[in-house]
Amino acid sequence: MEITVTVNGEKTEADIEPRNLLVHFLREDLRLTGTHVGCDTSHCGACTVLLDGLPVKSCTVLAVQTDGRDVTTVEGLAQNGELHPIQEAFKEEHGLQCGFCTPGMMLTSAALLEQTPDPTEEDIRWALSGNICRCTGYMNIVKAVQWASSKMKAEATDSGS
Amino acid sequence: MAVTEHEIAGVGHSIKRKEDARFIQGKGTYVDDISLPGMLHMAILRSPLAHARIVSIDAERAQALPGVVAVVTGELLGQHNLAWMPTMSGDTQAVFATDKVRFQGQEVAAVVAEDAYTAHDALELIDVEYDPLPAVVDPKKALEPDAPIIRDDKDDQADNRCYRWETGDKSATDRAFEQADVVVSLDTFYPRCHPSPLETCGIVADVNPVTGKATLHMTSQAPHAHRTVFALVAGLPEQNIQIKTPDIGGGFGNKVPVYPGYVAATAASLLLGKPVKWVEDRSENLISTGFARDYHMHGELAMKRDGTMLALRVHLLSDNGAFFADAQPTKVKAGLFHIVTGSYDLPAAHVSAEGAYTNKAPGGVAYRCSFRVTEASYMIERLVQNAAYELGMDPAELRRKNFIAPDKFPYESVTGFVYDSGNYEAAMDLALEKVGYKELRDEQKRLREDGKLLGIGMASFTEVVGAGPAKDYDILGLKMFDSAELRVHPTGKAILKIGVQTQGQGHETTFAQIVASELGIPPEDILVQYGDTDNVPYGMGTYASRSTPTAGAATAMISRKLRDKAKKIAAHTLEVSEDDLEWETGRFFVKGAPDKAATIQDVAFAAYTNHPEDLEAGLEGSHYYNPPNMTYPFGTYVVVVEIDEGTGEWKVRRVVAVDDCGVRINPMIVEGQLHGGLAEGFAIAAMQLISFDEDGNCIGSNFTDYLLPTSWETPNFETFATVTPSPHHPFGAKGVGESATVGSPAAYVNAVVDALAHLGVRNLEMPVTPARVWEALQEARSGS
Repeated sequence: MEITVTVNGEKTEADIEPRNLLVHFLREDLRLTGTHVGCDTSHCGACTVLLDGLPVKSCTVLAVQTDGRDVTTVEGLAQNGELHPIQEAFKEEHGLQCGFCTPGMMLTSAALLEQTPDPTEEDIRWALSGNICRCTGYMNIVKAVQWASSKMKAEATDSGS
Repeated sequence: MAVTEHEIAGVGHSIKRKEDARFIQGKGTYVDDISLPGMLHMAILRSPLAHARIVSIDAERAQALPGVVAVVTGELLGQHNLAWMPTMSGDTQAVFATDKVRFQGQEVAAVVAEDAYTAHDALELIDVEYDPLPAVVDPKKALEPDAPIIRDDKDDQADNRCYRWETGDKSATDRAFEQADVVVSLDTFYPRCHPSPLETCGIVADVNPVTGKATLHMTSQAPHAHRTVFALVAGLPEQNIQIKTPDIGGGFGNKVPVYPGYVAATAASLLLGKPVKWVEDRSENLISTGFARDYHMHGELAMKRDGTMLALRVHLLSDNGAFFADAQPTKVKAGLFHIVTGSYDLPAAHVSAEGAYTNKAPGGVAYRCSFRVTEASYMIERLVQNAAYELGMDPAELRRKNFIAPDKFPYESVTGFVYDSGNYEAAMDLALEKVGYKELRDEQKRLREDGKLLGIGMASFTEVVGAGPAKDYDILGLKMFDSAELRVHPTGKAILKIGVQTQGQGHETTFAQIVASELGIPPEDILVQYGDTDNVPYGMGTYASRSTPTAGAATAMISRKLRDKAKKIAAHTLEVSEDDLEWETGRFFVKGAPDKAATIQDVAFAAYTNHPEDLEAGLEGSHYYNPPNMTYPFGTYVVVVEIDEGTGEWKVRRVVAVDDCGVRINPMIVEGQLHGGLAEGFAIAAMQLISFDEDGNCIGSNFTDYLLPTSWETPNFETFATVTPSPHHPFGAKGVGESATVGSPAAYVNAVVDALAHLGVRNLEMPVTPARVWEALQEARSGS
């Protein structure tokens, strides 16, 4: 099937088998290997990407379902060479160790902050509860989202003044 | 100008991690991210049955599917003498089953195809005829005389016994028990769980058909040891095997063993002359790769009426699955379980262990643990709490009474360990203070009067980590030293190559900090390399919290050697005698004339441009460090839980963790390790369970059945430190990556038991599910 999908702001045309999963399309066809596969059954969230701005588990989306839509992967988080605040935040707060869950965690967090700029700890823990991390015990991930929230609010205030 | 300690950001500084830049941008390279020209894809067919004879394997239909390149069976591997391989415990394991299958999920055959989808399609087309045999799933039944023999492939195996092992002094222990006023016992089962790193295991095997060089990109916690095993298994010349470990998405012991998939993919690449990728899916990871624990334990503690401990007796039965594939030193059979005397000054102890083969996946890996220390710590810390109840003492006070006193170190335990350093009371007191122990006990009393359940559990663990020394510890004969090679370049920048292997622990940062402290080169000027057997010196890899105690020590030692040489060069360039020079971080200066100085960068340049004639050029070298002893990190964890009587649900109110791992290289990273371990301890105590039905079907083959905690369930942690340096480590550090997984399960379970203790409850088996708590409550209430 032929599809046209915008990935990280770039329009891409592809001819793909209907059964191909979005995660495989991204990883194998587009070589965007920052999206990881951790379980194949949509439990772990390592493969999370944004589809029209909302987090989806790309191991459970068929690539053809993205026809005419927007996909954002970890490779699309930084803009014009500048890291997204959530990327800085994960480094600042030691929110990652092995790095395998990190792209999915950051994308889910970015989507949360888009909708809820000032989340409570409970909001953050609930939003991230579909993404498993085996290294950090989550505490520093929660802190990272709070760090990013503060930074984004400060930036919004600066640009608004 | 001299740089300050602070500017150098060496040992003791919480600098941000150097490795993070690539991970936060999706630019890490994990095995599955590697794609080579012409690469083929392998998928493995696994047994649906736990125990069955293989009658026939017909791969004709699979072979005929377009896109399929080859089908690999045990018979084909057998033609190349690759149907069986050695395990890390000196047993053998089938690569692909040829005679019979011995656990559900065992590797039977593989398809190699042009793409992964086709390889998986073709698995459906392989017809295997099985003749089912009765499955043995209970290790006690496995040892009964009429049990079906699982390992009939072994000539000397007449039953399902896997090993017997004992240590300590039996007669002294028996005598002490005869003299005891009080004996407290506990039967408990540390259930089978699985490390489940978020990245599964895999390999890209690339055997060059022209040169014969095998480049194996694989998920390995121990690349050098694996290379040697490959050389032994495949008969390939070792210089032609290069194991390259890319970024590893978590290990926790799961990536220590050699798995059949690695061997099969390598064989396929060798036979086909093309690169072959195999990456297992999550179910394959859960049902076939290294599980952990599965220890049935019986412990008895003999005491005087006043609480003085006299002796400990422990017997354990381990369920080892179909192949004895624990990764552990040769001399021991139950790992370092005999550290079970823990933090206590016990005059006598006896530990006996036996293992059984069953129709379950092999493994027995040390899941975030130093060779079965977790099981030991769980046993003693649970037993001590029950002993306190029996004596009517406060659990903290019973511990205090029996702790090994600070002035007794180095302390030789009755099971043969020499504890290097400790101050157990200080760590416990800090934990009690931080949690507000006395107030909590008062609150508990008040709540009980209102019929509400609050539990306070603690664990004062001692670990033993950082194997060697080489004279005592080896794996398959390979001595457990470790290594570091340091090259300081003319411009004063450096490359450090280490024999251990990070899986997320942050070695690229912490090892650079060690060099920074020793040589005064800033961490950002030091590239840390690992995981490529062609490039880094021989080492035994990272597991059992051994990186800092072994390769970390080697890094300090080689830095000091280079500093000694640098001093000679500095004396030459400054035209003074060596004795006139003094070192401060980053530079040598002339005594009494601090402005006359050479920085380490000056010296590095001179090492290649103006070195003394009687000295070799260059500033580089390597060091193989054989630790004189292991390190003994310790701490006290206190967990506070509230229980909902109606549902049996327990909620963690507080986790206070005091850890003493000696000198901390990077406190931020240490705390991150502790958070991870405290979360995994919670996971094991609360939910992670791999179980089997009576036919040997694995219950827990996916993340619906095998529960991992998410951000929603996982509590917050309050971490604190005391610092008691290791006296034998070059800069006083101990291992820490596993302390919290080792120490915390007992604290969580003790807390839930403590909430019900006044009702007579003394044991709850892990995972402590709400159903188990609710049942215990009903039983206690109906009995009272």
